[in-house]
This record gives sequence, structure tokens and C-alpha cells, in this order.
Amino acid sequence: MTARTNMKSRTAQAATATGETILAVRQLKVVFDTPDGAVEAVKGVDLDVRAGETLAVVGESGSGKSQTMMAIMGLLAANGRASGSALYRDREMVGLPIKDLNTIRGDKITMIFQEPMTSLDPLYPIGRQIAEPIRHHRGGTAADARARVLELLELVGIPEPARRIDSYPHELSGGQRQRAMIAMALANEPDILIADEPTTALDVTIQAQILTLLQSLQKRFGMAVVLITHDLGVVRHVADRVVVMRRGEVVETGTTRAVFDAPKADYTRMLIDAEPSGEKAPPALDAPVILQGRKVRVDYKIAGGFLKKSGLFTAVHGADIHLRQGQTIGLVGESGSGKSTLGRALLKLTPSSGRVLFDGRDISGFDRKAMRPLRRDMQLVFQDPFGSLSPRQTVGEIITEGLYVHEPQLSKAERDARAVAALQEVGLDPTARNRYPHEFSGGQRQRIAIARAIILKPRLVVLDEPTSALDRSVQGQVIELLRGLQASHGLSYLFISHDLSVIRAMSDYVIVMQGGQIVEEGETAALFSNPREAYTRALLSAAYSR
Amino acid sequence: MISFILRRLASAVPTLFIVVTISFFMMRFAPGGPFNLERPLPPQTMENLNRAYGLDLPLWEQYLRYLSNVVHGDFGPSYVYRDNTVDQLIAMGLPYSIKLGLLALLLALIGGVAAGTYAALRQNSLTDLLVMSVSTVGVTVPNFVVGPVLTLVFAVILAWLPAGGWGDGSLRFLILPMIALALPQLAVFARLMRGAMIEALHADHIRTARAYGLPARTVIVTHAMRAALLPIVSYLAPCAAGLLTGSAVIESIFSIPGVGRYFVIGAINRDYTLVMGTVVLIAIFVIVFNLVVDLLYGLLDPRVRHE
Repeated sequence: MTARTNMKSRTAQAATATGETILAVRQLKVVFDTPDGAVEAVKGVDLDVRAGETLAVVGESGSGKSQTMMAIMGLLAANGRASGSALYRDREMVGLPIKDLNTIRGDKITMIFQEPMTSLDPLYPIGRQIAEPIRHHRGGTAADARARVLELLELVGIPEPARRIDSYPHELSGGQRQRAMIAMALANEPDILIADEPTTALDVTIQAQILTLLQSLQKRFGMAVVLITHDLGVVRHVADRVVVMRRGEVVETGTTRAVFDAPKADYTRMLIDAEPSGEKAPPALDAPVILQGRKVRVDYKIAGGFLKKSGLFTAVHGADIHLRQGQTIGLVGESGSGKSTLGRALLKLTPSSGRVLFDGRDISGFDRKAMRPLRRDMQLVFQDPFGSLSPRQTVGEIITEGLYVHEPQLSKAERDARAVAALQEVGLDPTARNRYPHEFSGGQRQRIAIARAIILKPRLVVLDEPTSALDRSVQGQVIELLRGLQASHGLSYLFISHDLSVIRAMSDYVIVMQGGQIVEEGETAALFSNPREAYTRALLSAAYSR
Repeated sequence: MISFILRRLASAVPTLFIVVTISFFMMRFAPGGPFNLERPLPPQTMENLNRAYGLDLPLWEQYLRYLSNVVHGDFGPSYVYRDNTVDQLIAMGLPYSIKLGLLALLLALIGGVAAGTYAALRQNSLTDLLVMSVSTVGVTVPNFVVGPVLTLVFAVILAWLPAGGWGDGSLRFLILPMIALALPQLAVFARLMRGAMIEALHADHIRTARAYGLPARTVIVTHAMRAALLPIVSYLAPCAAGLLTGSAVIESIFSIPGVGRYFVIGAINRDYTLVMGTVVLIAIFVIVFNLVVDLLYGLLDPRVRHE
């Protein structure tokens, strides 16, 4: 919505970023030797990075966008080989001996990564880690380097830098860790900063802060930024030029404006259109309430030890919720907001206090055995389609397992028929039931997980970030599927997500959580157009300012 | 930190109590007794002996008595070495076992870490295969084979080193038993280190260090090795406790007057007090080394540091 106005300011900036080409990549290829033979991950990529510009390299997983940069930086895995050319100011980087490469990387070209937790060494204080490349490339005393690190920490907005300089990564928040990584990247005032999905692992409000920080630092230092991302919203917001990649090849290159306004490649158009859209009408006013939570509260004991006190952590502070037949309630919040915990508490999968009513029956006191007959009516789909399917069972075994418990009278042939029907319903070929999960893509696996839930003909499905691990184009398909299933079976959904655009497309009612508390709730359209609470406004502006 | 150590030492008391209790009763339920010799003693003598050592009392009374003696640091008289108390035997033998054990531990640790790192850096190469094959041999060949073979080659055939005995305690006498004692542990350390190092080298933060142009030595030693040492340190506790309390086999083969033999001799002869003394000694070593390892762990890994 505000993308248009942003675009204007971008074009103004793009005009100033007409610097010379400082990195010229030509016919870059990356091949990985695998037990099944050589796999070509990057198939002859051409791209230019100009001084001072922001170049976005966009693509879905497997497009080769990261591997292209890894190849240039000499960071491919041991079984990877790069060929072709990458000229950095007339120096050929492909095939450069490590020793010479080390005079460029960390000094002239630096990188930040997706996972700020694992990208920093957990065993050393951040100050020491940031100082390492300074001392290696610039020399100088430890005291000089420390003074420089303090300056940098201040610059990237880490509070109390004098204290934080001696903190370990695990003592910082995700956003602070990424700020520390940025400080490290800026330390030697590089020509090019390569940012590989720098905000993907962060909450939306933090994402916005990090992007703003990167932009302001870029202006100040005049470096070029190569932004590798799958998130078109981010691209539209910050990039001057865009390179779109698919399956190891560049499908389109152009200014951000040209690519978004008039995409030349079908694939680019598909990516742009893949932003979730549509909305859901609320259920009929007389639709019965299927799930009700009253003052649901979840406390976790913090384990003590021998002669050590234990503590109590409240993950959900007394939440009320009414889910009606055919309704979708979107549960939004950042990590640690208690949204998943509330979902599990409502399904009696985690101990809670307060009352939970399912179909008018009070199930608060039910134990595992008493819950079992109800389980077929309330199903759960998880975020990670890789971790939630047993790798040692066939798809058929996975999706029919619940039938053994809830409909033991079925014959083998009947079970098989149900499996075929469920797979067809989620848009998979029924022959899939004889194969194993690892043979399927992320989106297909999520379809399998959904088939496992609907085969029991449930009435309520809790969807815990079901689309978060998927590429945008696949996300759209899964959302369509879920909406279709809801319409044909009259399902009620509790849809848990941090992704506001998905929530908006899926749900008719939204609950916003923060720190274990419900801060705001309301009908989707009203809440999105007129948020009352400051936190909701911050979330919305972070997600939609692009 | 201090309170952590005190807490851990306090928690050792119930552990030791359980160890003493279980081993006391297990020992007593084993058939036979310290005075059941091949040629039975006259009943009168047997009775006198039992009375002299308090073995005629009801079992629970013996247990309580033993417990109160142990609390006072008295492990009682040995039934086999009748001229000595168990405390004296341990005091005499322990220094030998500790010295030999420490040397073997150092050799195993340094050798294992070096070999494992070397192999990890050349993963799946011929040298890697060679190091790992040798270490498999190290684990599988028992030390009662390694010991005599070493003696045969270096003492008998080459006559470079003495075949056994403690001598003046100089390194010359200790080299062969030290190698025989260290070899299996060295192999374990090498395998552990190789696995941990390969994993550490794949960590994201190693990629970061490389991306920032740090020299290979810094990447490997500063960033990868420190993380890879964590599993090594975990294994250190049981390993050190085992090595420092002596090995019955090695001490017998090389005629070293350590405490390692006492456990076997005591168990065979139903020397209740000697076995109990050895068990408690090993338990104390295990507890102390576990504590040392936890402190070391905190030193290496700030995430588990004890406030």
C-alpha cells in the first residue's frame, strides 16, 4: 500500500547511485560433487555490483542466490567447485589462493548472515570477535581495536556498548546479535557488504529496525550492499536494482521500479503475485462456539537443582478466546509472545489453568486418556514439515496412523481408500502414499501434514506457523488449499503466525499477543485498518511500510 | 563459583553413602569369606579370627560400625595384608598409581587431540583413514597384549628400556607402562576429537571467521578447536579417575607397587575392607574429577558458566 510512495524516494536515490562497477561476475558456475554425481547449483550467472548501490538478489530456496555469493567469497562447502569469473576492481576472485583472498574478504568485502546466533562464535565475547578482523587486516594494538569496537557498537545502536563489548552472543537478543554482526562487517569500512537474508530469522519489528540501520549506515559509509533475500517486500523497500534468480540462473535484471512495475519474466511476475491476498468472511452469526478458553494461563517451572531455588515463568497470562464453527482466528505475535503455547494449552497438550470448553463440554480436567476420543476432532499442523513427519514411515503409514486409533474397525482396503481420498484432497498424487517424506519438497510435505490432519475429519485444526518455512509462491498454494478445505468441511481454524500478510489472508478475527498477554483483538478488516494499541501499530507498520 | 563448588561437594556425601552401602552389602552377599582358604581352618581358629575382626556380629551392626569408621577416615585392617591397614596400603600405593596415571593421561590427551585434529583436517583422506585404523586397533587390542609386546620389543630385544619395576621412579622405568596404559585412551580421545572437530568446522561461525579473512590457524585453533574440546573434556572425568586409581593389569605386568592390584586381589580373597577402600577411593576420584571437569567446562564455554 505504501510501496508506491517508497518507490518514489528510491528512484531519487537510485539516480545518485550511478557508481562504477566494482564487482563484475561473469558466467559464474558452481558445481557440487554428490554421491549421485555432480549437481550444478549455479549455471553461469552474470551480475554487476556498482559502487554505493543496493543490489537485491532475489529468489526462492534452491535458486542459487546464496551459493553465487559463497562462490565469490571462497566459502563453498568442501564438495563445491566454482568456475567463471568474479572481478573485484580488476582482481579475479574465483580461483584466488586463500591467502590472497584473505586480503579482500573481511576488509574490502564483508558479509552478514541469516542466523546471527550461530554466525557468531558462542565461546567468545562479541567485542573480541569484532576486533579480530580489525587487528588482522589493519594491525594495531588490542587497545586501539577495542576503542574502535566501542565506536562501532555505539554506531550500530547497541545499548551500553561499554558493558556489551564483553557480552557473549547468548547474552544478547537476536536483533542485538545482528547489530553486532553489522558492526563487524563495517569495522574495516568495506566497499561491498553482502547481506545474506539478514532479517529472515528476526521478528518483524526488529527486521524493520535492522533494515533501517543498514540503510542509514550505507548512506554514511557509501558502500555497496548486496542483499540476498526471498522477501520481495524488503526488496521493494530498500533496493536500487534487482537480480531475480531461479534454479541457478538469472531470469531478470533491472531497476527495482522496472522489475516491480513491468516484470519481463513470467517467473518474476509470479513471485510478485505470490504475496498472499484475499480475505475471509466471518462465519454466520448463529454459528455455534466450538472452542472456548476462559482465563487460560500457562506457567512453566524453571527447574532448580540441589540446594537451588526453582522459579516460575508465566508464558500465557489468562487468555480468553471464542472460536466459532467455520471461523478462523489468527493468533499473531513475535517470538516469545506465547501464541504457540496458548494454542497447545487449548488443545490440552500442555498443562494450564483456567477453563477450556470444547463443543460446550468442559475439558479442563481431562487427562490424556479422557482426551483421546476428542483428539480426532482437534488436529494440529506444525511449522516444520521436515521435523514433523517421521522419516522412517511411508506417507501412507503417516497419514493413516490416526485411523488405527480413532477408527480401528476399518479394513486395510478402507484405510487405503481414505488415504487416497485425503491425498487427492490436498492436491497430491495418491501414489505418494508408497513413498517416504524425504522424497518431497517442503510444500508437498506440508500438504502431507495437512492430509494427516484432515483424514480424521476433524472439526478444529490448530495451524502453528504452517506456511513460515515455505517459499512465498508455495505459501500461496498452501493458503489456497487451507481455505478450500475449510469451505468444503466447515472447519474451524486457530491460525498461529508471525506473518501479518498471511494472517490477513486467512482469518476473519485476529488476536494480537505480546509477552503472554492479549493486547488487542478484533475483526480482521477493522484491526488492520484501525489498530488501537501502539504495539499493533508497530507490528503493522513494520510489516507494511514496505 | 565458591558456592557452586561447596554445593557440589555437599552433594557428594549422599553419593558416597550410597556407594558404600551398596558395595558393602554386595560384597557380603558374595559367597565365601576372607578366611575361607583352600585348606579349611580348624573351626576354633575360624571363630577366633571372626571374633577378632568383628565378623561374628550381626550384619547391620557390622555395617554401622564400618560406616562410622569410614566417616572418621578409617577403612579398617586388611584381611590379606595382615600387617597393614587399608589406609596404609592406599597411602603407600597411591603415589605410584597417580604418577603413572597422570603421565598416561597427559600422553593420551595430547596424542589423542593432536591425532584427532590432524585426521579431521584431512577428512576422508588416506592419512585420516590411517589414523582412524590405528586408533581402532588401539581400542580393540587389550593392554595385557600391548604390555608384554612392548616389553618384548623395547626391553628384551632392543634392550633400550627396563622391563619392569619402579626403579628410582625415573622416566626410563615409566615409559613402557605409560604407553601401555595410555594407548586405549589415546585412541578414544583421537576418535572423539576427530568427530567433534569435523562438526566444529562445519559451524556457521567458522564460515564467518573465514568470510572475514582470518588466517587458517586462527580459524582452526581459536574458533574450531575450543568448541571441539568440549566433548573431550566431558570424557576426561571417567578417564582420569580410571587412570589415576591404577590399572591392575598394567601394574602387575610391569611390577609397579600401585593401588591398582588391590581391587583384584581384594575381590578374589574376599578382603572386604580392602575392596571397600578401593571402591571408595575410586568413587572419590570420580566425584572430584567430575567437579574439575564441570569447572573446566565453564572455563571453555561461557554458556554454562557457574555464577
